[in-house]
Amino acid sequence: MEERRAIVEIKNVNKIFGENHVVHDLDLTIYEGEFLTMLGPSGCGKTTILRMIGGFEEPSGGQILVEGERVEEKEPFERNVNTVFQSYALFPHMDIFNNVAYGLKMKKVKKEEISRRVKEMLALVQLNGFEKRYPSQLSGGQKQRVAIARALINRPKVLLLDEPLGALDLKLRKEMQLELKNLQKKLGITFVYVTHDQEEALAMSDRIAVMNQGYLDQLDTPEKVYEKPVTRFVADFIGESNIFEATMSEITGNTASIGLEVGYALGLAEEGVTYAPSEMVYACVRPEKVLFSQETIEGFNIKGVVREQIYVGNIIKSNVIIANGQTVKISRLDIDEVPKVGERINLYWNSDDVVIMKSRGYQIRSVIENASLGGN
Amino acid sequence: MRNRRKKFGSVLSNIYSYLVYLFLYLPIFVVLLFSFNTSKRNIVFEGFTFEWYLRLPDNDSLLNAYGNTLFVGCISTVIATVIGTLASYGMSKYKFKGKGIIDILLYIPVVIPEIVLGISLLAIFNLSNVPMGLTSLIIAHATFSIPFVVFTVNARLAGFDRSVEEAAMDLGAGRLKTFFTVTLPIIMPGVISGAFLAFTLSVDDIIISFFTTGPGSNTFPLKVMELTKTGVTPDVYALTTIVFIVTVAVTFLSQRDKKKPVKG
Ligand SMILES: Nc1ncnc2c1ncn2[C@@H]1O[C@H](COP(=O)(O)OP(=O)(O)O)[C@@H](O)[C@H]1O
Ligand SMILES: [Mg+2]
Repeated sequence: MEERRAIVEIKNVNKIFGENHVVHDLDLTIYEGEFLTMLGPSGCGKTTILRMIGGFEEPSGGQILVEGERVEEKEPFERNVNTVFQSYALFPHMDIFNNVAYGLKMKKVKKEEISRRVKEMLALVQLNGFEKRYPSQLSGGQKQRVAIARALINRPKVLLLDEPLGALDLKLRKEMQLELKNLQKKLGITFVYVTHDQEEALAMSDRIAVMNQGYLDQLDTPEKVYEKPVTRFVADFIGESNIFEATMSEITGNTASIGLEVGYALGLAEEGVTYAPSEMVYACVRPEKVLFSQETIEGFNIKGVVREQIYVGNIIKSNVIIANGQTVKISRLDIDEVPKVGERINLYWNSDDVVIMKSRGYQIRSVIENASLGGN
Repeated sequence: MRNRRKKFGSVLSNIYSYLVYLFLYLPIFVVLLFSFNTSKRNIVFEGFTFEWYLRLPDNDSLLNAYGNTLFVGCISTVIATVIGTLASYGMSKYKFKGKGIIDILLYIPVVIPEIVLGISLLAIFNLSNVPMGLTSLIIAHATFSIPFVVFTVNARLAGFDRSVEEAAMDLGAGRLKTFFTVTLPIIMPGVISGAFLAFTLSVDDIIISFFTTGPGSNTFPLKVMELTKTGVTPDVYALTTIVFIVTVAVTFLSQRDKKKPVKG
């Protein structure tokens, strides 16, 4: 990754709307040809960041560079990036040909070349023969394709996509995810993709930037973000997880003994990270990594009762209630062994399947934030 | 029993709507009829003739007044439409302090008695030495038409999705290009209704024109008013009939135009 050329560099960018601090000290480098997703719940500032790259909002502070050139002061039409808008924003008074041709017309490209390239582009998004239709005569998926074609025809260095599949039904969305991913690979254009759908982000991205209330919590590959979340928020937001409040008690080698509210367990201490004695941490274990047994397991003492089971496709999800009332989720394929409802079991895991996250910095920050937002 | 009562009710409401249309169109029909009357006095219909239509081209003062009306109507409509559209666009795009007050100020010329507006305009024209005649008429008509254009364009802009403008700029269009290739075409129906309204208001305005015209620049409505003192002759009816037919034709055409499959 290091050898790749940076194409968008966001340096210490802040954005404040009146009293509302929407983006905090954002540092983010996007590399040529990558598929970068900004992921976070609605209202966390994703659209605002995209609009600052596109030129529709000015940062309150910091720099944005595209291809090494500062662009904060440049108009949208002076930037070599194109946007696929959340609501498509097709021109309702133009047919599909003229919608797609618009960018080229603005650049005064010759007529013959325009019709050739529009044709090419419509073929690329599988809309051959739609030239004479109007946007109001298209389905949601087709409008989406037109919006993509209209942006891509300008051969931008970077394509910004703001929840482009948000308005589509699930099946179509899955199809379009694949299509978009393939399109991006084929063209080699950098995609900056915004979504609040973590599955979508995991499925499509080279890297994911997880946003939390205007802060960039983690920037990593999908595997890393899933396997090694660095904050409680990331662990919670991406996939399902069991999060325990814990204290570090004893570290031998890289195996740590951690004390839970009820009982104790083993975990893996992150290399190069030092912990204060009895430091407060979060321990996060994915439901598919939680193991169970009738016998007690060396190093673990978490007991619980299986409360209920749900079948989701070929996966069986069990909810286990432990002594402090917390629900621990266990998921298994239906061909695997599952606990019985009502059974008392001991919970454990492989020490390298638990992620231990420092909690203090984050906690303090979220306390301050919750206080200033009146507790969201 | 119940059924019959229902039927009776619907017959009544039918009669009612026929009556409404009768009251609306009967006077027009009478004018139309008497424009073909051989008698000069509009009391009895004596016989059918095209004479008044044929003699219209010789009636200089009537035609001249009508020409003035069309001229003032066209020019003031263009002025009011341009100014009104830009004002509406600017007010919807930019938020500024005192916007609410400006919105209210725009309603006042619409609701105050025309006579007040007429006298005020006359006073201003006198103070500022604007030549009384077609120029003052055009300024006056443009003035009272602007709010109506603003209202119709506002209505159109209310449902306007700003992101299409951003899309245009994203694709390389500057601000002016964006306005003319994207914004204006989309709000055009509002602009056109505004222009129609302005033209209609201008063409049949009497009170404000009465105060703001000068010697020798009579408009058609003023001329007709003048004639009523000595008795309206069938040639006025003939011209009125032509105006009526043209208006009906234009209205039908513009309604048909609205059904194009373009949504905004
Ligand atoms: N133009 C604006 N003026 C004021 N506040 C805004 C504006 N745009 C966005 N915000 C605020 O910024 C926050 C982040 O919005 P946004 O970037 O749209 O989030 P997301 O796209 O992640 O849902 C929200 O609280 C929103 O209300
Ligand atoms: Mg958004």
